[in-house]
Amino acid sequence: MQRRHKEKLIELIFLFNGVLVVLVLAGIFLLLLKNALPAFKEVSVVHFLTKPIWNPDAYDQATYGLLPMLVSTLMVTLGSLVVAIPLGVGTAAYLSDVASPRVREIAKPVVEILAGIPSVVVGFLGIVLLGPVISKLTGSYNGLNALNGSILLAVMALPTIISLSEDALASVPRAYEEASLALGANRWETVLRVKIPAAASGILAACMLGMGRAIGETMTVLMATGNAAEFPRSFLGPVKTMTSTIAIELGEVAYYTTHFHMLFAVGLMLFIITFIINLCADMIFHRHTRGLA
Amino acid sequence: MKIKVKRIKEILGFGVLHVCMLCVLMILAVIVYDIVSKGSGVISWDFLTKPPVDGMTKGGIFPAILGTFFVTLMTAVLAVPLGMGCAIYLNEYARDDGLTRFIRLSIRNLSGVPSIVFGLFGVALFVDACHFGTSILSAGATLGLMTLPLTITASEEALKTVPRSYREGALALGATKWQAIRYNVLPLAIPGILTGMILGLSRAAGETAPILFTGAAFFLPDVPNSILSQFMALPYHLYIMSTQHHNIALVRPIAYGTALVLIVLVFLMNLVAVIIRYRLRKKGNAHG
Repeated sequence: MQRRHKEKLIELIFLFNGVLVVLVLAGIFLLLLKNALPAFKEVSVVHFLTKPIWNPDAYDQATYGLLPMLVSTLMVTLGSLVVAIPLGVGTAAYLSDVASPRVREIAKPVVEILAGIPSVVVGFLGIVLLGPVISKLTGSYNGLNALNGSILLAVMALPTIISLSEDALASVPRAYEEASLALGANRWETVLRVKIPAAASGILAACMLGMGRAIGETMTVLMATGNAAEFPRSFLGPVKTMTSTIAIELGEVAYYTTHFHMLFAVGLMLFIITFIINLCADMIFHRHTRGLA
Repeated sequence: MKIKVKRIKEILGFGVLHVCMLCVLMILAVIVYDIVSKGSGVISWDFLTKPPVDGMTKGGIFPAILGTFFVTLMTAVLAVPLGMGCAIYLNEYARDDGLTRFIRLSIRNLSGVPSIVFGLFGVALFVDACHFGTSILSAGATLGLMTLPLTITASEEALKTVPRSYREGALALGATKWQAIRYNVLPLAIPGILTGMILGLSRAAGETAPILFTGAAFFLPDVPNSILSQFMALPYHLYIMSTQHHNIALVRPIAYGTALVLIVLVFLMNLVAVIIRYRLRKKGNAHG
């Protein structure tokens, strides 16, 4: 009898442990919300979402407009995807359909090591390596701009896109490939017209997860994009993303000021945006696996 | 003629894919080459064992190495038991119902939460609400929760590799479910779990954004003496040395040295994990 009670207790402990993950996720959302709400006692939500200026230190009237940093974030993210999607999907197709087993043995760890390089190191190289190159090519002052950030973010998003796209391509049933070859298509046509379309939703999910990664990346954009507070104008100008704004300003503000709470509001927006992207990716991915089964 | 065009298209197409792969290899090669070639000149015994001196323009990075060690230890204290517990629940106890699917969905979403948002969460929960202040405890706890998705997934993979018959055998002999897990499943899964834990911790050790406001310090003359002390950390030190220092050009070599130590540390942790995995495979074959 006692033995059964003990078993029940142990199972309950593990159940609680499992539910804890849900609590952490909910806790993040609720704590961000709790710390963001006081900001909207002084500044309206409309002000936050529509004002094109973020200037918390203004002499007369502080403005807290999300737009400049939202546009900056979208700019560097889209810029990074332009580089990372073709490169990532191309590499994944190479690994799954062209590479010999030996090449694959070498390439897999390469992607894993790339994924393991800390973002602060990538950001550092953006300053010392990529910055001077961009500066020389475009004549901009130090090469710390949206273009630099985009390229670094592409490097950060690549491992996600490569490994998940490769999984998606690998999950295409062999029969598809064989049918295509039997109908007289060559291997390239099979990859391009049969395998990639069949894996399209999985690849799309991979790209969306890469995009979520890029939107949330902090250190690389913080170090390499110049962080000017003005509204972003071009890829060759400095930008200040949502993540960099939090990283720079949270260290300077006094607790419980409007500015402090505003930074949590920015964090909340970031959380919501990445959450929606991840959820969509998840739904697309599940449709993909079900579609093939 | 048409066949020939098709063949040329195939060669060109595969060529493009090949170039994509080479680009990715190049990116990694450039990163590693630049940091190793410019950082290795700075590395010396003194660099690894002495604190920074003269306004951080000379000396070593010992406190940053030690700080990263401490905070990673703190991360492990939280992430290892919670990650294992959750994995055991999902793989051994959970039924395939709504709750389980919801937990799995939460894990996937948690892994997509931006690191700076974890930083804000750490500030709100550990620094502010729990009154831990900016400390090793706050930073370690924040990183611990952040690595949970990785450690859970890895532990579950390890548990999945244990054959069903190990559980059924124990249950048939009259063992309870927990006894079967404790004495028959876990011993076999532990090396795999360990591999996943080390990989997760290596990510945590390289993170900067979550510790920016939860405990990392610009410069500390003394090593931390309790879990409520602030600490210096390698990634944060690299960030400061490359953007915040008053004489960035002068300390560039130190920044390169710090970057090299950081990637070597992360790489070594990965290597240990891979070696454990390799040994496990060999042992598994011997038993099988």
